[in-house]
Amino acid sequence: MPTVVFTSQLQRHVPSPTCEVAGETVSAALEAVFAEHRALRGYVLDDQGNLRKHVAVFVDGTRVRDRERLSDPVRPDSEIHVLQALTGG
Amino acid sequence: MSDRVRVSTRKGLFTITRRGGRWDIGAPDFLGDPVTLALDDPRDQTLYAALNLGHFGVKLRRSRDDGKTWDELEAPAYPAQPEGALGAPWKLVQIWSLETGGKDERGTLWAGTIPGGLFRSRDHGQSWHLLRSLWDRPERLEWFGGGYDYPGIHSVAVDPRDPARLTLGISCGGVWVSEDAGETWRVSATGMRATYMPPDQQGNPNTQDPHRVVACPARPETLWSQHHCGIFRSTDAAATWTEITDVAPSSFGFAVAVHPGDPDVAWFVPAIKDERRVPVDARFVVTRTRDGGKRFDVLSAGLPQEPSYDLVYRHGLAVDATGTRLAMGSTTGGLWISEDAGDSWQCVSLNLPPISAVRFAE
Repeated sequence: MPTVVFTSQLQRHVPSPTCEVAGETVSAALEAVFAEHRALRGYVLDDQGNLRKHVAVFVDGTRVRDRERLSDPVRPDSEIHVLQALTGG
Repeated sequence: MSDRVRVSTRKGLFTITRRGGRWDIGAPDFLGDPVTLALDDPRDQTLYAALNLGHFGVKLRRSRDDGKTWDELEAPAYPAQPEGALGAPWKLVQIWSLETGGKDERGTLWAGTIPGGLFRSRDHGQSWHLLRSLWDRPERLEWFGGGYDYPGIHSVAVDPRDPARLTLGISCGGVWVSEDAGETWRVSATGMRATYMPPDQQGNPNTQDPHRVVACPARPETLWSQHHCGIFRSTDAAATWTEITDVAPSSFGFAVAVHPGDPDVAWFVPAIKDERRVPVDARFVVTRTRDGGKRFDVLSAGLPQEPSYDLVYRHGLAVDATGTRLAMGSTTGGLWISEDAGDSWQCVSLNLPPISAVRFAE
């Protein structure tokens, strides 16, 4: 199962543990995390379910392309990193 | 008289407290995080703080023990944006006003936001609902941002005599009034003028930029507005507005505070208009009228005598419930208190983070 790792910057605000979850896209994997950690969703996604403007997500070292629907595929052994983008300061 | 002021800053929420004749700065809450507004709700002794985290969005926190512990609340959220919807994205950018409902409406709160939505909570901020009655008005698409990419509601005046009566200040969308708790709305900015618009549009009430709109609590039919293009006053519950002219050193600014009991008394913090937005001649002063705008006092005792470039944002000036204490915070981190209605000021700090809002905890 893919592993989702959140920036340690988030821990100050909301529980955001590293999770192993099922999912074949970034969206599916993140939603599986949010199902367990509901408060985390609003820190990563905006009102429309898009990736927040100043949050960056990498899958196996590559930045995701689809920031709106998060449809980028993930493999069972993928590592997804949710980071703060430096555009946000 | 209030002995405490909440100071919302770019790097946290500070509470300053009067002890033994001086004002002490307490340890900050949310150190490092941008706090845009705080609100003490006197109906249930609850404290709210609106944060705007650079990366992770707008957050709302609540404390029932005066800031010792904080709960996270669901921030107001916009509903799903229909395909092809025009105008600003349906995404919360900032909580730009946060006010309590009527004194008998325990738990009711109002939040004005960028990009222009008004939200109401009836459960102490636990859940929020967008007022579609305003959001769906076609006139909203004519609004535009003032200092931000998208328009926003920065002023929500709730009539203390009749809390169903609401007056909103919108940059840039004029003044809007509801008399039925937000069921229906009408734009109400006749008399304001917008020199940044084409000549035939300068009187359009729906594109005015009232930087701040504040009603007199004892006489809510009198409202003052520090507008982008000057100072305006209404004495007929926002039906018509009259410009106050010839105000030295300038009638440009962002903030206005209105005396809680006397509708003729208001304070402003002037700056060079528009293109510079720093104090006139680098002299940082407060102006005050006590006669409804006929004359203004220029108040500087206790304010910096050296060249100063402090700007006071729209929520950066507040008066307490007695009308004698004022607090003022600047973009360069200066914080001043007056205990004599502005005649003189004492500096609390010149070294705070940039201040977005000050408010007395009543």
